[in-house]
Amino acid sequence: MNIATLFTPRNRKVFAAAFLLLVLIFLATLPLYGGSYYILVVTTILMYVVLTVSWTMFSGPTGYMSLATAAFFGVGIYIGTIVGEKLPLLVAVAAGGVGCFILALLVGLVTLRLRGIYFAIFTFGLLMFLSELILYLEINIWGSRGRHVFPASDEAVFYVMVVICVATLLTAYFIRRSRLGLAMQSIGGNEEAAAHMGVNTTRVKVLTFAISAVFMGAAGAIMAPSLIYIDPFIAFNMRYSFMPVLMAVFGGMGQFYGPVIGAAIFSYTERMLRLEYPYHYMLTFGIILILVILFLPGGLAGLIQKLQKARVISKLWNRGKEEQHANT
Amino acid sequence: MIETILMIAISGLLTGGIYALVSMGLSLQYGVARVLNIAHGEFIMLGALIIWTLCISFGIYPLLSLAISAPLLFGIGFLLHRTLFTSLKTRAPSPAAVEGNSLLAAFGLIFIIQNIALLNWGSLSRSYPYLESVVWLGGTAFRVNRLVALAIAVVGGVAFYLFLTRSRQGKAIRAAAQDPATAGLMGININWVLPLCFGLGAFLAGLAGFLLSMSTTVNALMGLRYTVIALIVVVVGGLGSIPGSFIGGFILGIIGSIVNYWEPTLVLPAFYAIFMLLILVRPTGIFGK
Repeated sequence: MNIATLFTPRNRKVFAAAFLLLVLIFLATLPLYGGSYYILVVTTILMYVVLTVSWTMFSGPTGYMSLATAAFFGVGIYIGTIVGEKLPLLVAVAAGGVGCFILALLVGLVTLRLRGIYFAIFTFGLLMFLSELILYLEINIWGSRGRHVFPASDEAVFYVMVVICVATLLTAYFIRRSRLGLAMQSIGGNEEAAAHMGVNTTRVKVLTFAISAVFMGAAGAIMAPSLIYIDPFIAFNMRYSFMPVLMAVFGGMGQFYGPVIGAAIFSYTERMLRLEYPYHYMLTFGIILILVILFLPGGLAGLIQKLQKARVISKLWNRGKEEQHANT
Repeated sequence: MIETILMIAISGLLTGGIYALVSMGLSLQYGVARVLNIAHGEFIMLGALIIWTLCISFGIYPLLSLAISAPLLFGIGFLLHRTLFTSLKTRAPSPAAVEGNSLLAAFGLIFIIQNIALLNWGSLSRSYPYLESVVWLGGTAFRVNRLVALAIAVVGGVAFYLFLTRSRQGKAIRAAAQDPATAGLMGININWVLPLCFGLGAFLAGLAGFLLSMSTTVNALMGLRYTVIALIVVVVGGLGSIPGSFIGGFILGIIGSIVNYWEPTLVLPAFYAIFMLLILVRPTGIFGK
C-alpha cells in the first residue's frame, strides 16, 4: 500500500478526528498524572485559545478589528466574582457569558454602523471606559478598591475551561460552515455588495459579535478564581485585547486551525520564557509579528497550505514528466 | 469666583498645549500616511527618555538635546515608513487591507520600542530639574517649566500649521492627504512625501516627549497613556485634521481641568464618555467635513 494514499482528503479528515479525540482524552485525564503546575499552564493555554478563536469568529471574516476582547473578558471576571460569591461556579460562568452577550448586543447595536478604523478605536475606548467606570464605582459607591475572589479548585477551573474551549471551537466551526459564516465573509469582501445581495448586514454583525462575546465573558468568569484578587487594572488588562489579535495573525485566519495553533504556541512559549526574559521575549514577539505581517500574510496556517500545495504541484509535475518518458 | 475660573482656564491651557502637540503627530500620520500609529505614545516615551539621558549622562542643556533627539526620531520614523509601511502598502491587495495591516504592524512596534526602552532604561520613573521656579498667575502658583512648555507647544503647533499651509512641501503633503494616486500623477513624489509625514509625526512626538520630560516624570511604560490621549483628541478634532487636533487638544485640556476641579476621579471617565459619544454621533469629529 502506498503511503501517499494515507493522506487523501477523506483519510485526512479521519486523522484529524482521531487527533482531536486524543487531545480530548489527554485533557480529560490530565489532572490524574499532571501536577498542579501543568494544570495551570494548560488552563492558560486553553484560555488564550478561547479568546483567540472567539475573536477570530467575528473579526476574522468581517475584517472589523475589535479591541474589545479585554473589555468582555474583564466584565466576565467581575460578573463571575460577584455572582460566584453566593452561587455555584457554573452559575457564575453562565452569568459571565450571558452578561457579556447582552453587553455586546448593546455595544454592537450602537457601533456597527462605524466602519473600518473607527470601530477599532471605539472598542479600544470601550475597554478604557469600562475600566475607569468600575474604578470610579469602586472608590465612590461600593466603597472598596478591588476585591478578593472566591476560591475554587484548580481542577474544577480546568475542566470548566476545557468545556468552554470545546464549545468555542464547535461554535466557531459551525458558524464558519453556516449561512451566517458565508454572510460574514461577504461582508468582509464588500459590505455594500453584501447588503444588496440581501444580507441583513447589521443583524449578522451584531449577532456574531454578541456570540463571540459569550465565550470571552465565560472565560473571564472562570479565570477569576485563579487571579485571587482583582481590581480594574488587573481585570481590564489591555494585553487580553492585543494578544488574541497577534496570536490569530500569527496562526493565520484563513484556516480554522490557524488561530488555535497560534494561541497554543504563543501562550506556551510565553509561559516558559516570559518570567525569565520578559523584555527580550516581548521584543522578539514584536519582531516576529511584523515579519509575519510582511512575509507570511496567511500566518502559519497559510504557510502549511502553501507547502502542501507545492508538494501536490511537484508531484503532478513529476508524474507528467514520467508520462512523457513513457510516451516517447 | 473669577480667580477659580482663571485657575481652571490656565491649568486647562497648560495641559491642553501638551495634548495638542501629542496628538498632532498622530493626526498627521493617519491623515497623510494612512497609518493609525498606535505606537505613537512609544515615540513620545522614546523622545522623553533620550532627552533625559542627554541631560543627565552627558550634561547637555535640555533645549540643545532637543536638537539631537527630535531629528533622531524623525529619522527613525522616516526609515520605518520607507521600509516597513511602504512594503506593506505595495503588498496589500486593497486600501482597507493596508490600514488593517499597518495597524497590526504598529502593534508590533509598541512591543519592540517599549521593550528596547525597558532593556535600556528599566521601568523607573525619571525626571530632571529644569526651570522649577514658580510664578503666580491669578492667585495660583504655576511652575515656569509648564508655562514654557505651553509656549513651545503653541509656537510649534502654529509653525507646523504654517509649514503645511504656506510652503511648497506642505502643499504637496496636503495634496497627498487628499488623494495619493492623483498627487503622484501631478508629479509629487509619493514615496518621499508619505515617509516624510510619518517622520514629521515622529518629530512632533519627540517635541511632545521633550515637553513632558521637562514638566513631569517619565518612564518606559508611559507610552500607551499618551497614545490613548492622542486618540481621544484626534477623534474630538477629526481624524486626520491637523488644526482640528491642535484645537481639540486645548478643548480636552480645559474639559479635563473643569472636571478635575469638580471631581478628580471623573476626569478619565469623562474623556472616554466624550470620546465614545463623539465617535457614535459624529465620527468625523468637531472640525471634520
